[in-house]
Amino acid sequence: MDIPFFAWPFLLGILFIIIFFIVISIVWITGLSKIDRVRIRSNFFTVKTIKAIWEVFRESLIHRKMYKKNPILGYMHMSFAFGWFLLIVIGHIEAAVHYHTLNFPFWKSIFFRYAETNPPLTFEAKAFSAASDFLLIYIFSGVFLAIYKRFNSKAFGMKKTTHLKVGDRIALLGLWLIFPSRYICESITAGIYHNGSFFTQPTGNFLASFLPLQSMELASWWVYSLSLAVFFFSLPVSRYMHIPVEILLIFVRKYGVQLKKHVNGYTRIQTFACSRCGVCLDSCQMLKANINNSQSVYFLKQIRGRKLNDEQLFNCLLCGRCQKDCPVGLDLNDLRITQRIESTKSYNSKYDYLRGGESPKADVVYFTGCMTHLTPSIKKAMLNILDYANINYWFMDKDEAPCCGRPLMQAGQYEAAKKLIRNNTEKILASGAKILLVSCPICYQIFNEDYELPGVKVMHHSEYLLELVRQGKIPTFKSNVKAVYHDPCTLGRGSHIYEPPRELMGNYLTLIPMKQEKEDALCCGGSLGNIKIEMDERKQIRDDVLDTFESYNPDQIITACPLCKKTFAMGTDIEIHDLAEVVWKGISRKEHLDKKSREVELIKINSFHSSEFILPRNNFL
Amino acid sequence: MNSFGFELLDSKRIDYEKSDTRLLNEILEKEPSFKRCLSCGECTATCTAGSLTNFNIRKINLMLRHGQTEGLEKEISKCMLCGKCFLVCPRDINLRNVIMLIKKGVLKYNTEKKKI
Repeated sequence: MDIPFFAWPFLLGILFIIIFFIVISIVWITGLSKIDRVRIRSNFFTVKTIKAIWEVFRESLIHRKMYKKNPILGYMHMSFAFGWFLLIVIGHIEAAVHYHTLNFPFWKSIFFRYAETNPPLTFEAKAFSAASDFLLIYIFSGVFLAIYKRFNSKAFGMKKTTHLKVGDRIALLGLWLIFPSRYICESITAGIYHNGSFFTQPTGNFLASFLPLQSMELASWWVYSLSLAVFFFSLPVSRYMHIPVEILLIFVRKYGVQLKKHVNGYTRIQTFACSRCGVCLDSCQMLKANINNSQSVYFLKQIRGRKLNDEQLFNCLLCGRCQKDCPVGLDLNDLRITQRIESTKSYNSKYDYLRGGESPKADVVYFTGCMTHLTPSIKKAMLNILDYANINYWFMDKDEAPCCGRPLMQAGQYEAAKKLIRNNTEKILASGAKILLVSCPICYQIFNEDYELPGVKVMHHSEYLLELVRQGKIPTFKSNVKAVYHDPCTLGRGSHIYEPPRELMGNYLTLIPMKQEKEDALCCGGSLGNIKIEMDERKQIRDDVLDTFESYNPDQIITACPLCKKTFAMGTDIEIHDLAEVVWKGISRKEHLDKKSREVELIKINSFHSSEFILPRNNFL
Repeated sequence: MNSFGFELLDSKRIDYEKSDTRLLNEILEKEPSFKRCLSCGECTATCTAGSLTNFNIRKINLMLRHGQTEGLEKEISKCMLCGKCFLVCPRDINLRNVIMLIKKGVLKYNTEKKKI
């Protein structure tokens, strides 16, 4: 074997990381549920694999999502990942072309300039040489950005960045050293043998003018090989392990593997695919209340280090803003709920006192939910509208009914929630209704996600009222009110209902568009997802959101969630209304105006027929 | 002891031999807002589970403060965690956390007792 000694650290490093990754992938994949493994097996030889490769190219190399979120960060990651990838690919092609075979020693393509010292003479050789010099410059631009960012993260529009562990620092040092050391060793070799291109050759010539390059050459290649080895050996204990794990995640996700309500191999893959980039820190509104230790990045770090505690696990609003921004696309809400289920497994309630009860037959079951009971104006408006439209409905939780189970689920009490789900399901199905109408997005989400209600369509009141408007069962009346619409987390990011409330409101008032809406909507701070947050901290979050709304000068704030309404109502002088209230107000005003115009008609007719003035009676209509 | 024809009900007495305030202390430490409770009973009045069964958060509060942990596990398991109580609380107590802490703590201290 003619492998030079300096190449060994690199060769051992890459061998180590490949074996490590294969072993850990096997452990995680065998840790998946049986059905998930069947999914992987049956989808392996389908188009999904090609789609996954395409996604790996787009996300792991080009960093498209990252680019959308923050162009500078996106460029930095792309220059590292895509630049390095191209450098490796071009190095291999160059070696293959040079040796006229694919069967050349592996180290020669990595340390090509050392192995082949003849100056590039042919056009291809010159082109390859120039390309690798160009890529080196490209990567350098990323390295400079990375170093600058490390010391001044605010310049990149990041309000907060994550802290590094020892392993991270070692790996980072390795990563930063790889490309400068490659540049220096290639330049030195070019200085001696004149085999460089437009970037390395002038540097080499310059160095040759005052340095004894012959004696330095081998040492510089040692540095390059060692920095590669440092990076590879420290990879498993650093954040950069996300690079290979993310690729695994993309494949597994494409094959249809899903997060279940318990910890398994997939939760491990997701946990280790976190790159600790800290984008989730910027999305988190809890920073407004100075809660800065329980964000997704820290939470995942705690799982990895097996140091998870309740204080941080339960201190999250589950608003989903971080999940939407996560460049890796992790299911952060579900990951947290899964951990909560795991942590509270030993104390679930049985609810033996629940009874079946009578279910009257109806077309529509109306479930207000606990939160709407606390905001009676919404309930009243809904009942008035249903009566007005002559709907045959059953008010399921008028007097006594259990909760929908979502708050329990968010707290991790999965088994307990199942008891409530079973009880409610029996009642809903017994009523024979085709529509389950809910006026609380929290209930709406669990009815959609965790209930099995065959033949029953679950509708949030925004969808249902819009349908009534379309069917002409309730009138519309456009007032000159200008309002902002607040997307509740569970309805928007949770259930992806953005347009129905806006379309409905368009019939009754004018909505002012906001920057913080739809996917980017803010959380009101009242979320039931957070068990630990104090009321004062909730108020800080709420006030910050209200300041945002007030900057648009709305006459009213409209929302579609009773909990959001209740949270906002205490913090501002601006009127806060639920959709249902706006609709009922519109109906009432329309009725009132119609009545008036009919009265005027009546007066006209009466005064025409008799000389006597007759007052219109109210009960006439 | 002289009998004056009336006596204290058992439920009003605190038996210091049986009193176990470890759970209370843990909750007060982890959820300091619980110190503010004035036993007004609004939480009980609005309770969803309370409309379905005999469940009384105010009573649980008294049991805890008396150090009476017997029967607490059964009582607390009736809660549905819907969150109405903390929204109506005039003293802004984070009651959902109190309830989760009781659920967890009751189990912890009961198993400790059994071991002894």
